[in-house]
Amino acid sequence: MKVRQISIFLENRSGRLASVLKEVGRAGVNIRALSLADTSDFGILRLIVDDVDKGVQALKSTGHTVSLTEVLAVEVPDRPGGLAGILDALSAAGLNVEYMYAFVCRATDKAVVVFRFEDVDAAIAALKKAGISILPAETVYSL
Amino acid sequence: MFNPQAEAMPVKELRKLQGERLKALVARAYENVPFYRAKFDAQGVKPGDIRGIEDVAKLPFTLKPEFREQYPFGMFAAPMKDIVRIHASSGTTGKPTVVGYTKNDVDNWAECAARSLACGGATAHDVVQIAYGYGLFTGGLGMHYGAERLGAAALPMSSGNTEKQIMLMKDFGVTVLCCTPSYALQIAEVAAQMGEDLLKLPLKSGHFGAEPWTEAMRKRIEELFPLKALDIYGLSEVAGPGVANECLEQHGLHVFEDHFYPEIIDPETGDPLPDGQKGELVFTCLTKEGVPLIRYRTRDITMILDEGPCPCGRTSRKIARLMGRTDDMLIIRGINVFPSQVEDVLVRIEGVHPQYLIVVDRQGNLDTMEIKVEVTEALFSDEVKKLEALRDKIHHQIKTMLNVSAKITLVEPNTIERTLGKAKRVLDRRKLT
Repeated sequence: MKVRQISIFLENRSGRLASVLKEVGRAGVNIRALSLADTSDFGILRLIVDDVDKGVQALKSTGHTVSLTEVLAVEVPDRPGGLAGILDALSAAGLNVEYMYAFVCRATDKAVVVFRFEDVDAAIAALKKAGISILPAETVYSL
Repeated sequence: MFNPQAEAMPVKELRKLQGERLKALVARAYENVPFYRAKFDAQGVKPGDIRGIEDVAKLPFTLKPEFREQYPFGMFAAPMKDIVRIHASSGTTGKPTVVGYTKNDVDNWAECAARSLACGGATAHDVVQIAYGYGLFTGGLGMHYGAERLGAAALPMSSGNTEKQIMLMKDFGVTVLCCTPSYALQIAEVAAQMGEDLLKLPLKSGHFGAEPWTEAMRKRIEELFPLKALDIYGLSEVAGPGVANECLEQHGLHVFEDHFYPEIIDPETGDPLPDGQKGELVFTCLTKEGVPLIRYRTRDITMILDEGPCPCGRTSRKIARLMGRTDDMLIIRGINVFPSQVEDVLVRIEGVHPQYLIVVDRQGNLDTMEIKVEVTEALFSDEVKKLEALRDKIHHQIKTMLNVSAKITLVEPNTIERTLGKAKRVLDRRKLT
């Protein structure tokens, strides 16, 4: 249920993102979803890949600062207000979203939203209670 | 103690010995080195004026630029047939300073390096890993000869190849580590990546030097390694490592002053300062034959500790941990800043590995200070707000401790240049304009 996401520290300098993506590619690791949080000074690249361990290994061995974060991937109903409904359920449970990003799933044409919570287990419970389906990790890695 | 007769010599006897050695040194220098003869004559002092160690203050100083002007062999007092080793300081600006050693010089140096290792409790039973660079730099060979003189097993690793350093440290049962303090931290970092627990190793003492460090850094090293971290001092012009070393009291460095006579002077006026007062450290190498150094101004700032006898039994005087250099002091908007102070702040902030670079620049009439700090895994967060909080915390601490506002930039690991394990700490762009 919990998806392992790789986070990488990036200096705000030209070529840094390309360098990271090149290492991931060279290791034969395929990127499933990606988001970049940036400030004027630095950025944090968040990746969901098909082979997490291989990806981490490739990045660490080339001297990048990486960490693993547990996130949840939720399939969003394909109708107006679909995402709002999910956020309502989370808000009702008193859960704060640290950050989120969305991508479109080719297989189903549905949107998938990746959520990062302070308390992942509480979020799983709240989403289940609200009848919202969380994608299994294996499904996300092989999307 | 490696040589109790010398190291615990009654002070009165020590001063007498120093006086005799100074007389011989001055005669040797005057006779054989035109540079000294000219300086003595200019100051109107003759070798005959030197009757005891207290007369040292009558002698002229030797400055680093003067030493460099004598490149390559102008400072040598012995013919090349008697020189058995040549070292040179890293010549970052212009020509290096070249030091020749006679057989006796190498022997005396090895003796002092052995005393240094014994200060940390090392004996013939120990395995000493020497991760100072070998070559023209005196660090590696200096400690190597010291370890052999002690009868310990010297492991000549030189600097770099950190994974191998860790493997052999573990497999060879290394008990004594010699390297720069920043390299010690790098070893710990790589060991953690390799999943090696350094705290399980039989290490007992570490002799760290060749760059300024702080009490906070000592604490950090002692948390990461199961050893007593001791400060070692030396400089190639004087001999190399082993001029002074802390004993297990970890309170000041014993100067092996039967060979290296220390003085503290006011860097502005050149006047000798009393014990307990901070100033520039000056050395006279009492026994040197190859390059007889007289009142050499090190530009290192410290003081001779004004205290009673050391509980360890050594009678030599102690100098305090180096407080900076007369020439690395940065003046930022009128405020004096030593890189060691910045380091001190960084080490105190949980998780911040002290790989940093201070970039000083001038925009208009205003000095700017930027501190680049490498982000290690220990402090990396996947959340922007936490990284920003870290950056703000460093900024705040620097402001509080140094009274200077600095821009803090978080940078990727290994982006700050390291040379021979000696990290470059300051980039002053103001000098270029």
